[in-house]
Amino acid sequence: MRGTTRTVAVAGISAAALLLAGCGGGGDDETTDTSAAKTGGSISVRGCNPENPLVAGNTSETCGGNVLDVITAKLIKYNVETAAPEMDIAESIDTTDNQNFTVKLKKDYKFHDGTVVKAKNFVDAWNYTAYGPNAQLGSYFFEPIEGYADLQSEDPDGEEGPQKAPEPKAKTLSGLKVVDDNTFTIKTTGKVSNLPVRLGYSAFAPQPDAFFADPKAFGDKPIAAGPYKLDSWTKNAEIKLSKFADYSGSDKGNVDNITFKIYQDSGAAYADVQANQLDVTDEVPASAQIDDKYKQDLPDRNLQKPVGVIQTITTAPAAVDPNYGPEIRKAISMAIDREGIIKAIFNGTREPATGWVSPVVDGYKADVCGEFCKFDPAKAKAQLAAAGGFKGGKITLSYNADASHKEWTEATCNSIKNALGVDCVATGVVDFSTFRTQIHDRKMKGMFRTGWQMDYPSIENFLAPLYGKGASSNDGDYNNPAFDAKLAEAAAATDGATSNKLYQEAEAILAKDMATIPLWYSTTTMGWSDKVTNVKVTPFGVPHYAGISLK
Amino acid sequence: MGKYIVRRLLQMIPVVLGATFIIFAMVFALPGDPTAGKCGERPCSPEYVAKFREEHNLNDPLPVQYGKYLGKFVQGDLGTNYYGIPVKEDLAKRYTITGRLALMAIAFEAVIGILAGVLAGVRKGRFIDNLVTVSTLFVISIPVFVIGVFMQYLFGIKWGIFPATVPSLEASTYSLILPAFVLGSLSIAYVARLTRTNLVENLRADYVRTAVAKGLTKKRAVGVHTLRNSLIPVVTFIGADFGGLLGGAIVTERIFNIQGVGGYIWKGINSRDGVAVVSTVTVLVIVYLLVNLLVDLLYGVLDPRISHD
Repeated sequence: MRGTTRTVAVAGISAAALLLAGCGGGGDDETTDTSAAKTGGSISVRGCNPENPLVAGNTSETCGGNVLDVITAKLIKYNVETAAPEMDIAESIDTTDNQNFTVKLKKDYKFHDGTVVKAKNFVDAWNYTAYGPNAQLGSYFFEPIEGYADLQSEDPDGEEGPQKAPEPKAKTLSGLKVVDDNTFTIKTTGKVSNLPVRLGYSAFAPQPDAFFADPKAFGDKPIAAGPYKLDSWTKNAEIKLSKFADYSGSDKGNVDNITFKIYQDSGAAYADVQANQLDVTDEVPASAQIDDKYKQDLPDRNLQKPVGVIQTITTAPAAVDPNYGPEIRKAISMAIDREGIIKAIFNGTREPATGWVSPVVDGYKADVCGEFCKFDPAKAKAQLAAAGGFKGGKITLSYNADASHKEWTEATCNSIKNALGVDCVATGVVDFSTFRTQIHDRKMKGMFRTGWQMDYPSIENFLAPLYGKGASSNDGDYNNPAFDAKLAEAAAATDGATSNKLYQEAEAILAKDMATIPLWYSTTTMGWSDKVTNVKVTPFGVPHYAGISLK
Repeated sequence: MGKYIVRRLLQMIPVVLGATFIIFAMVFALPGDPTAGKCGERPCSPEYVAKFREEHNLNDPLPVQYGKYLGKFVQGDLGTNYYGIPVKEDLAKRYTITGRLALMAIAFEAVIGILAGVLAGVRKGRFIDNLVTVSTLFVISIPVFVIGVFMQYLFGIKWGIFPATVPSLEASTYSLILPAFVLGSLSIAYVARLTRTNLVENLRADYVRTAVAKGLTKKRAVGVHTLRNSLIPVVTFIGADFGGLLGGAIVTERIFNIQGVGGYIWKGINSRDGVAVVSTVTVLVIVYLLVNLLVDLLYGVLDPRISHD
């Protein structure tokens, strides 16, 4: 019964939208080709509960990130298909030495509250996010900018001690300077060849003056400069967005209203898409992926695409567990039947990894890992014997038991056991927070699962944060001065192609040391109702909300 | 009677205090750090962790944390959870929806369950009795998530009679019918069986024979004399079940996307959100105690011999 009333309401809206579109069509829209997407109407999409208030510099998970993605505009945006960076608010980003960057802004961008986006909005927002005591999650993005260290302070006696961290030396990044309303300069500590590519991440979004007046209240109703603006956020229920009339970028939205309906479970969202009560879900539950069931449930209304995510197995640092040296890791890697596991456990929704970098990014080179990432039980056994055999008794592979990792870790272990003849046990750790704490405190022995979702589409993002010495996500304490030197050299290269080539050389060093064991690249699967069309997904695995339109 | 109620209410105070402390200590004792999962796959920055711990009193020892919590609790302030939302606000919303769901499930249980039980009991050994026995056995043996997903597919997706999930805002009673039925389905079966067995048992009792011998109609002998006595275990079951339905509806709530109490507790435990878990469970304990009191009082109504005067 509800279904019927709802359909009627939507039909009414569409009719109104058609009329409006009809009026507009007679005017200056002559150049638009006939296949252009219909505008107007309302859609609902799957959402989940943001972990933090919706502040661009303080969001690092997808629930909040997906919403911020569509309401913010940044200097750069990424092409929906290729992830190539394109100018958005920036008119130009110029540098001659990869260290001093001059950013010129387009003049016509406005925030949702009507104020104009000026250079100062960027500089103030970045200073706020980078300032240690503000404890923003996106702070580390500003690490390359000169003066970052002066904005941080160490707690002299650690977290447990009674003393508080002293006030940092400076409040603003010395590397950021406002030249005039539409120009500012960035100076980095070292050379960073891909800085412009990074600037499309939401941590680099500008903040309006209203933000600094009351950051706490702002998080409930953020104001940004993107194609949609946030109208209301009812916690645990829905987030309502509407089209921002004064948006002047090229990524104009099609529909008038987008509602993020918050789901706890992807199964419920999927059921709603099937019943046409929800328009887009960016998660198809595992039960619907068995034998590609979703393709029958949602014929011509689904897509699957690789995204910038890689799954790896990391081994505990040698200081914690000495039994997993580079040569042993190579043996283990060759003992894993990636294709078989993907077929049996993931219904083909992964791609076997042939290196440490996702194929969706600029600079990707296939087959860096070479023979060590190919399943070959005989070679694996010979490699293990050459490395002196496994001395730790049995191999362990730990995972967090609160998500569906049990099946594939067990399959992986079986594959290792069969090929090497060494016992391998998949060990569940009660939940993700316990799991991460054990890894972070270097208490986890053996092997454990690790995953990386890119922040920005660059080969560098798959190397530096994961394998650089002392990097934030270097869980296996990988350390190779030659690798770090290559990274530095690549960061200094002024030419994109040269820089990518140097990064590829760095990746080749990872292969020599088998820094971690690459498993597979992820794909994302989406489904939509029969009311909408033009559903595309970005290389980040996020639907391109602004492009969706009603049929 | 009044004295009895007051005594029972006073007994609730130590129970509530004890329960809150035990739950608080248990959440506190769980391994894992509440901030470890908050920043996606990477560790949170030390500044973020420090600020977070400061804001939620996580640096204090357990008794101090509990004391601070209790101090606020008696003033009616339930604190804020790790998402920065006041727990009170969350609980009000979630208990409303879960309460409605549980009450509707109880209604299904009472109406369908007792009716089926009486029909089966009165016509013992006949077709209807066998039908009830077999169908209840069938329901009891299937896990609730199978029933839930199946009913959702059939009624929500295939036939479109009911909405497939419950809207998060202003959920209509109509949209709750399907989840309430799924939630109550298991208990319907239990109630039917309990009613039937007790009815069959009591129908053989002397006082029923006397009543019939006195010339009462069968309807009256069964409806007034036997059923009233037979309902005592059923009422006990339904009372206990209500508490269980409030906290234990998590599977049904997930299938139909109901932002209810069960999911809140589950999430709270997962993110080590002590304040949220303790407050939710405390309310649950209070509701449970009140329902139990109500059940005890109902005994007196059903059987005057066990009234509390």
